[in-house]
Amino acid sequence: MIRFRNVFKAYPKGSLALKDLTFHIRKGEFAFLTGHSGAGKSTVLKLIFAEELATSGSVQVSGYHLASMSTRDIPKLRRRLGIVFQDFRLLEDRTAEENIAFTLEVTGARSSVIEPKVTRVLAQVGLAAKALAYPRELSGGEQQRVAIARALVNDPFVILADEPTGNLDERATRGVFQLLRDINANGTAVLMATHDLDLVRGTPFRTLELQDGGLVYDSAVDRPAAETES
Amino acid sequence: MRLAFREALRSFRRAPLLSALSVTTIAFAIFVVGLFGLVALNLNRALREVEKRVEVVAYLMRGTPVEVVTVAIGDVERFPEVADVTYVTEDQALARAQKELVELQGVFDDLVSNPLPASLEVRLKPGFRDSDHLRDVAERLRGFRFVEDVRYGRDWVIKLDRIRDLTAIGMLVIGGAFAAASVVIIGTTIRMAVFQRSREIAIMRLVGATDGFIRLPFLLEGSLKGALGGTFALGLTYVAYVAFDRMLLRAQFFNPAEAVVFVVFGFALGFSASLAAVSRHLKSVRPA
Repeated sequence: MIRFRNVFKAYPKGSLALKDLTFHIRKGEFAFLTGHSGAGKSTVLKLIFAEELATSGSVQVSGYHLASMSTRDIPKLRRRLGIVFQDFRLLEDRTAEENIAFTLEVTGARSSVIEPKVTRVLAQVGLAAKALAYPRELSGGEQQRVAIARALVNDPFVILADEPTGNLDERATRGVFQLLRDINANGTAVLMATHDLDLVRGTPFRTLELQDGGLVYDSAVDRPAAETES
Repeated sequence: MRLAFREALRSFRRAPLLSALSVTTIAFAIFVVGLFGLVALNLNRALREVEKRVEVVAYLMRGTPVEVVTVAIGDVERFPEVADVTYVTEDQALARAQKELVELQGVFDDLVSNPLPASLEVRLKPGFRDSDHLRDVAERLRGFRFVEDVRYGRDWVIKLDRIRDLTAIGMLVIGGAFAAASVVIIGTTIRMAVFQRSREIAIMRLVGATDGFIRLPFLLEGSLKGALGGTFALGLTYVAYVAFDRMLLRAQFFNPAEAVVFVVFGFALGFSASLAAVSRHLKSVRPA
């Protein structure tokens, strides 16, 4: 479903963001991407949703080979992904339901299709009562729920969450995390980048740890990746 | 398309001040071009009025039979450059001179015989009223046996040619400079609007909007702003024209078709500036 093979990412100034990264995220899997700031977590996500291209190596997402994919296909790929950010990235001048509906509108969906879908995902994230609220009228946790609802509304095969709890208090963090777990329980894969190790600990989910752009630990093989290769 | 319209209008509502600023900037940029256009238009019309007076006069030998002159008029009228030919008899020439040169009335009264020759006054069609065509026609008229002399105010026509050429070059250079300046100003204004919405564009791209989908509301918005700016510029130019016409010189305003050019110019500028701005922005955020 998502496959990285010997991926390197260098930026124009010469800094190496990712080094020889190889991993595979399976259908319906929940995985954490951990590491310190600058370890390369966000870069991995950006490569998956084609915001950036790998310098070398192969990135495959849902059958798309991103290196050879035409720019015209990028929107098609993104419509199959749900993307959530630390800063929510909601349109401030639109209500919660308008923010979610917008995702469907850009795909050319009809309003008869949009309305029930928006209602469904708002209920799914527990915000049915706040459909008409503007982002500024919502708490951080609620805004992130709207962002998750927006990510969900296209029925993506994976949710890519980049530090989704980074701006939230502990209670909201737990709420958002539980929501992502529920979504995963319904069959949608989740790849969540976080540096919050408290959140990672005590969960049964796979953890991929990055350090200086390299994969140093993958719990799927239950030992440090470096040892595996040696 | 409906969604694109909605998004374009939403942008107007969301940033009314910036939108008003854009429209005003576009209006003033086009207004300056319009003012120049108005000057050029009136100058051109004044030149055309002067041009109408350009004619070649062929003085006929005394005693040339009217039948011969009539045949010659038919021949001259068939010259491709010629608009019309007027035969002025000796008596008509004298009557005209007496009417126009009142101060020489005494001289006319003492005349025993009419010294003025008959003539053919040849006016040329628009587009042929320059010194080259006048000289050609004059040469051909000289070829008639009964033509004694041909006059067309050569120096004056050459000066007119120069004024016309200078005006055309001036119009092209200054008009082009004004138009280029307005393109830059409008382009910058629209780019500001695009930049202000870069966050929204980023979100649109993240949720899978195609470049065409993202572009459309911006193109509509830019075109609408351009057309509105063009309309305001037309109004401003009309006010300037009325003030000029009443206080300084009688002038003419654009005809309806020319007036529509303001709106079309604004629309086209708004459209192309938006297309350039949003395409450049989208190009800058392509994956690399």
